[in-house]
Amino acid sequence: MSEMMIRTENLHKSFGSLHVLKGVSEHIAPQEVVSIIGPSGSGKSTFLRCLNLLEVPEEGKIFFEGVEITDKKVDVNIHRQKMGMVFQLFNVFPHLSVKENITLAPVMLKKKSKAEADDMAMELLNRVGLADKAENKPGRLSGGQKQRLAIVRALAMEPDVMLFDEPTSALDPEMVGEVLDVIKGLVKGGMTSVIVTHEMGFAKEVSDRVLFMDDGMVVESGTPSEIFNTPQNPRTKDFLSKVLI
Amino acid sequence: MSLKTIIANIVKIMSEYWDVFLIEGVSYTLILSIITVFFGAIIGALLAMAKRSRIKPLGWIVTGFVEVIRGTPILLQLYFGYFVLPLLFPALGLTEFSSICIALVINSSAYVSEVIRSGIQAVDQGQTEAARSLGLNGRQTMMRIVLPQAIKNILPALGNEFVMIIKETSLASTFFIGDLMTSYLKVKGITYLSFECLLIVGVIYFVITFTLSKIVAAFERRMRSGE
Repeated sequence: MSEMMIRTENLHKSFGSLHVLKGVSEHIAPQEVVSIIGPSGSGKSTFLRCLNLLEVPEEGKIFFEGVEITDKKVDVNIHRQKMGMVFQLFNVFPHLSVKENITLAPVMLKKKSKAEADDMAMELLNRVGLADKAENKPGRLSGGQKQRLAIVRALAMEPDVMLFDEPTSALDPEMVGEVLDVIKGLVKGGMTSVIVTHEMGFAKEVSDRVLFMDDGMVVESGTPSEIFNTPQNPRTKDFLSKVLI
Repeated sequence: MSLKTIIANIVKIMSEYWDVFLIEGVSYTLILSIITVFFGAIIGALLAMAKRSRIKPLGWIVTGFVEVIRGTPILLQLYFGYFVLPLLFPALGLTEFSSICIALVINSSAYVSEVIRSGIQAVDQGQTEAARSLGLNGRQTMMRIVLPQAIKNILPALGNEFVMIIKETSLASTFFIGDLMTSYLKVKGITYLSFECLLIVGVIYFVITFTLSKIVAAFERRMRSGE
């Protein structure tokens, strides 16, 4: 299993008396694109946030590129540099310019010189059509633009895996497409990705594998066509019958 | 007592004692307030840091201190500073003025620590998460992401604290420290014109605090528009 990018063993997580994750053992292979679907409160976001330890599981282990990052002796900051994350609410830094949003971490963490980081930022901004906003503060950007910025901010650290936490859930409908297009471009380029999403059509299109989570567990996993066309588990069937694809 | 007499009295008082109000009183009040806010802000920032520290007992001590200061009248604290501090630390040779200053600073630091703590807390948790997800450690996140945003909440609140302190220093007149309210006591003692003197001092206080609050408000607007 050492060839796996990410592997989890029996993850458990509770918030107070609420038992959110009830033993999740999963693995993500290099260059694999895995979508996680399921009803609200099923634990999919919590699972994703555990992968880079934004949530610390009470029980279980997480291995990233062969290193057990749940080990207290491991400096998780080093490993987080290799795991990009995109949030539902963008979380762009409002006090920094669009370009500084991208260059801050690579320069601060000594991955790149200021000049190198600036060049890379412009290249990334070009890729997502935001080059003309480079010097602006992100305050006036639209939701779609903020999310595209958040994606390239994560990419600037040259991560080995990208974690997407409902990247289009907070967007106006007309902006969903532009963000999904950026993610599609990424995964086609071979970026290992874990995507929590409510966009079933998107999950079906881009994923190598789909996980269906319910009540803190991965209930069913398979190829998009297995999950969406011939689901086996009654809970998967029930969920898919209620959502539009 | 006609309006005419009052105005005539005020003119008379001001022509004779204007320096007691405008020079002595105003400067003592402003100096006292500036010292209080300056050191109150520094100590308040240290307290806020102590409260967030990983050493839990430190946080409990700060919480207890803040609760005691907020839960007792400032006048009592000034009495404490005036009578008890020189007894506790005779070696320091504290003057009346410095004892009162220390008491005011202690009081203000408790309030400022809460201003700073809530200013930091008001920064969206998502900002911290985004910074940590990029690999920044806790300190880097605080210095580069959280504090620069928290400052926008903290500075205007500090300005308002300054305005509050200016009014609260009037309590120092209980000990005849020389502030604007002491000026009132002095001139009233000579002229026996209590109403006129109160009016003069009231107008001076109002002009100072009103001007300052307008400056703070303008400053706050500029900070908000900077985003």
